[in-house]
This record gives sequence, structure tokens and C-alpha cells, in this order.
Amino acid sequence: MTETEWKGPACPVPLSRYPRIVMAHGSGGRLTRDLIGRMFRPVLANPLLNQAHDGTVLDDPGGRIVMTTDSHVIRPLFFPGGDIGRLSVFGTVNDLAMCGAAPRWLSLSLILEEGLDMETLWRVIRSIGEAARETGVTVVTGDTKVIDRRGGGELLINTTGIGVLEREPAPAPARIRPGDRIILSGDIGRHGIAVMCAREGLALEGGIESDCAPLHEIVGKLLAVGIPVHCLRDPTRGGLATALVELAADSGTCFRIAEEAVPVHGAVQGACELLGLDPLYVANEGRFVMFVPEESAETALTVLRKDPSGERACIIGRVESGDPGRVVADNAFGGTRILDLLTGDPLPRIC
Amino acid sequence: MRYVEEFRRPGPVRDVLDEIRGITTRSWRIMEICGGQTHAFLRYGLQPLLPDQITLLHGPGCPVCVTPAGKIGMALALASRPGVIFCSFGDMLRVPGRKGDLMSVRSEGGDVRMVYSPLDAVRIARENPDREVVFFAIGFETTAPATAAAVQQAERTGLTNFSLLVAHVRVPPAVEILLSSPQTGIDGFLAAGHVCTVMGTEEYVPIAQKFGVPIVVTGFEPLDLLQGLHACILQLEQGRHEVENRYARSVRPEGNRPARDAMRAVFRVVDREWRGIGVIPESGLDLNEAYREFDAERKFELRDEVVEESRICIGGEILQGLKKPDACPAFGTDCTPETPLGATMVSSEGACAAYWRYRRNHDGN
Repeated sequence: MTETEWKGPACPVPLSRYPRIVMAHGSGGRLTRDLIGRMFRPVLANPLLNQAHDGTVLDDPGGRIVMTTDSHVIRPLFFPGGDIGRLSVFGTVNDLAMCGAAPRWLSLSLILEEGLDMETLWRVIRSIGEAARETGVTVVTGDTKVIDRRGGGELLINTTGIGVLEREPAPAPARIRPGDRIILSGDIGRHGIAVMCAREGLALEGGIESDCAPLHEIVGKLLAVGIPVHCLRDPTRGGLATALVELAADSGTCFRIAEEAVPVHGAVQGACELLGLDPLYVANEGRFVMFVPEESAETALTVLRKDPSGERACIIGRVESGDPGRVVADNAFGGTRILDLLTGDPLPRIC
Repeated sequence: MRYVEEFRRPGPVRDVLDEIRGITTRSWRIMEICGGQTHAFLRYGLQPLLPDQITLLHGPGCPVCVTPAGKIGMALALASRPGVIFCSFGDMLRVPGRKGDLMSVRSEGGDVRMVYSPLDAVRIARENPDREVVFFAIGFETTAPATAAAVQQAERTGLTNFSLLVAHVRVPPAVEILLSSPQTGIDGFLAAGHVCTVMGTEEYVPIAQKFGVPIVVTGFEPLDLLQGLHACILQLEQGRHEVENRYARSVRPEGNRPARDAMRAVFRVVDREWRGIGVIPESGLDLNEAYREFDAERKFELRDEVVEESRICIGGEILQGLKKPDACPAFGTDCTPETPLGATMVSSEGACAAYWRYRRNHDGN
């Protein structure tokens, strides 16, 4: 994915008057109405949003529904491979997909800091619009608040998503069984490294881009061909290791993975070496792990690898009945280590 | 990736393991000095693959762990001052002093910034002429040259709002102290490749001779560590005690001359307290007279406070290789990375943190 280019129409809110967000943009008065009417609505317009009421009436989707929410506080707002707008749509879409649901509706709540550049907001709104179109979700309701100036130029986004389960039973941690194979959909660590480099102004060779991408289509394909997917999880914050440890604990099982089977791009590996980070703990925004019975693993891999987002999919390990919550990583020399939850923030070491 | 993957290939690693098993006839206690080496041994699960006769002792080479709590107290006080921008390496931010850590200071409104190089702190000082910028200069001979370069740059450009809280330490005096102690029983050392990249290997020659122990310089990849260990065991088995360089792709006998020159120009050797160990003569570096105006302790008239360490924490004994982390009654119960009682549980190079991450619930040593 290349960095989004911004060649669209200029910001429709009269910039001559307010090139930056002022408190009155959140007062509920004329400026709020201007912002919504001129900037948000034209980009996000759809019949449901156009109900223009305090809430939106949704049709009965004809199945059990899944609801999830996610807040996005990422800095910088724009990074190689994505931005906070795409992330706020894909993050929630992916959480729905991990529950086995087809994403349908989204709420969008914006918290803007006084002083936020109007052009920046416009870029983000357009990005949200594009991401919603790409994923086929509809923004049906929203809210905008402005907070006093603090550091300057902050933009925080919460999205809540509703999706529909098209097949039962839905994938869930409780369905993980000893003997299941653990499949990873692609290489890890791109998002965390791309964002860290952008935030800290680190120019590394190889120009790593975030893997930020929607996962519902590929998950939909897997479910549609009837693969009995026991569980899905996108290893976002805390990385693959943290996701595995959580799932092992929640399912009361024990996982064993082969470390060398986990694909890591050379530039990500290099950045991790330099910063003293472990790729297994670095965030992803477009990858998932999947638990399937052994006999379905090869079919699942075939389906995954046919999709561009799953070209590097591979089996990384298996589920065992051992100490509940224990995740063991074997290396190629016959050594092992225990994987644990991420502690605190990943902090680069000094030497 | 060149220079990394070659040293992680399973075949050569297994071969060296076989060779080590082949030459080991007696019990040997070997200390890796640096926390980076400790972590690599545990990260790659190498320890259980070694012959039972080999005991690895984990040394004091974790710069974050040995930074005395008094200095951390000063850092917290400085970082809390209005008008100060306090810059630190990332893994120092969570190390507890008597009153919290730098992360807590930041949450209370202090301007604490994580930097990757002291030169970033110089840049921040240049960009914020109305603020006082302080850099927390910690670390061994690995980070001291960059600190020296930063001070020289600040002086050349006439910066007056930049200063340093200096807690740099030197490895060789600590090695001597450990060897002088009858309790440690160290037969051989694995010296840290990155320290020797800067300082060379000459400093270790008199130590190896005086105490009759082999000192082998190693890198940090699995193959590096095992080749170093093999060389050390071979010397012991043959009754030799020499300084041997098994990290020749990075280390020259004379070290890195420009880096050493910069250090000599800026620092003087002083006695320094090591957290958990005590004062080690000539083991620290401070700014010399010519650069005293950059000394934050002088500039802000800071006083060293006496800090009582946790009575439970055995971090000091761990740093001297006298005990292993899992011998501590608080390990994994009262003391975890979330609630550390001592610095060895915090730092990414601390031995307790390494045991917690890689070997918890594991059998064996």
C-alpha cells in the first residue's frame, strides 16, 4: 500500500475565517453545524446518516449481531502506509472480522483539540470516507467535541462498529482445542516499526510501511468455504506474543510455536535489532492469527495464500494440552523460551 | 541481513555446542559481564543446551541497573522542575528511585522526553532556547563517547541551556572488584564486544594476568556467544589465561581511537557507586574541569541523597553473580516488571527481567 496522496478538492470549510479548530467548533452552534454540514456530511453521506436525528434507526440485519468499539490516539496522525483515519475504520472493522462478523455500521466520534489544523482534519475525514467505502461499512452516526488547547493539534477518534454473524458457531477463544494448528496471515511488526520511525524521526533503510489493512474480506472467504475456524485474533498492540499469551490463557490451553516460522521482513528485523525490540511484541494492523483443526490447516493456507494479503501465510505452531496460558517458542538450535505479555511500553534500550 | 543472520544459523550453533560438550571435562563458572549477553543466552534458550558442568554467572553490565538510586532521585527532582526538559534513554524511564520513576514524573506534568542519542538532546536545547535541557548520561564505555560528542558540540555552538546529569561507568574496575571477592568464584569472563569496540582489549590484559582468568571478548548473537564460551572453556581446560578476541569483526585491540579521544577530552575518572554493589574506585566518569559548566549537579545545586534500597531485593548479589534471580523470595511474586523492587527487574538488560521473560516456570538453571 502506498501513502495516501491528497489531491482532492480543497477543504470546504471557509479557511479564510478559521484555518484552525476553535472552541466554538464544538459548541453545538453555527460553527459545529458548518463543520458537520460542509466537511463531514459530504464525505460520509449515506441514507442512514442522512436521517439527521439524535440516533439512527437500523434495519433488522437478520442474524446475531456483534458490536465492538475502539479508540485511536496514534501519533503521528499520518505515517507511512496509513493514517489515523484509515486506522480508526480498519481497526474496528478488523475487530468485527475477528469475531466472524461481516462489518455493517460504524459510529464516528471525534475529539478535536483547539488549534488543530483544519486542513489536517479534512485529510483525516476524507481518509475515513475512503476507508469506509473500501470496506463497505456505513458511518451511521457521529459526534464532535472540541477540548481546550493542551499540546496542540491533537485529534482523537473513537469508532464503534456493528457487524452481523453470517455463520455459526462464531470463532471464539473458548473453541480453541489441543491439536489445533496456529496460522499467521503474514509477516509481523511493520505497523509498530513504521509508526515508531515516523514518530521519532528515524530514517531507516528499506522504508517500512504500516501493514494497516482491512481483514474482513479474507476472513469472509475462509468462512465461506466452510473452514471450521476455531478462533481469530489480530495481534495489534503488544504484538503476536501478547495476542498468543492472552488466547492461551482465555482458552485454558498451551501453545507451542516455532520461532523461525514467524515471517519478519528484513528491514523490520533490522530496525528491531537497532532499537532492542523483539518483533514478536511489535504492533500489527493488518495481520491475524487463526486456529483451525489440523485437518483443515492446509486448505486454510491455500485459501489465504491466494489472497494478496495472505501470500506469506504460514503455520507457526500448534495448541497443546499443557499448563493453561503457557506459550513456548522453540528456536532452530533446540532452545526454548517462554513468551509473556508485553510489560509497559516497548522502550528502546540504550546499548 | 548481513552480520546477524549468519550468526544465528542453526547448523554452526549446534556444531559449536557439540564442540563445547566435547572439550568440557571439569566444572567451570563463567561470567558474562554484559546484560545484553545474559539476555541473548536466555532469549535463545542456550543455557540448558550447555554441559551441566558449565555454570553461567550473570554480571553487572546493565547500565540501567547499576545507576545508583541517588542519581535517579536527582533525575526525578530535575525532571519535576518547571522549565526543564529532561531527556533520557528509553529504558531508564521506568527504573524506580525512592519516589517513583521518570514515567510518573511525566504523568504529573514533567517534560520528560525519550531520546535515542545525546545529540538529540543537544538539538532539543537548540530548539528551546528559553528552557533548560538536561540529558541523563548513563551507560558504560558504549554510550560515553556519544555523550562526549554531545558536550563538545554544545560547547562549540555556545549552548548555555544544555547540561548533563552524568552517571557513566567503566567496566574494568568492576571486573577487578568481582575477581577480588573470594565469594564469586569466577573461573573465566566473557567480555562485552560493544564496550571493547570502543575501548579495545588492552585494559583487560593486566587483569587476566593478575587474577589468572581467561577473558574472551564476544558479540551478542548465539554463535558469537557460544564461540566465545568455547574459547574460554578451552583456555581453562588447557590452563591458559589470556585475553582473546572472538568478536574480531568489530573489535580492534586499540579500540576506536576518535571515540576514546573524545572521552579523554571531556571526562575524568572518578569513584562511583554502583547500585546494589557499592562504591567501586575509579569506576566512573564525570565531566572534567574544562566542561564543568555542563554539569547539571553543579548548575542546579543538586545534592546526592542517601537512598535505602528494598530490604527484600537481592539485586546487588545478582549483579555480582552471587545469586540467580530465581533464588530471590520476591521473584515473580512481590517483584515483577510491573512492580519492580529493584532495577534488575526493570531494565531490558537486567538479569531478573531476563529470567522473568524467558525462563519463568522453567525447570533447570
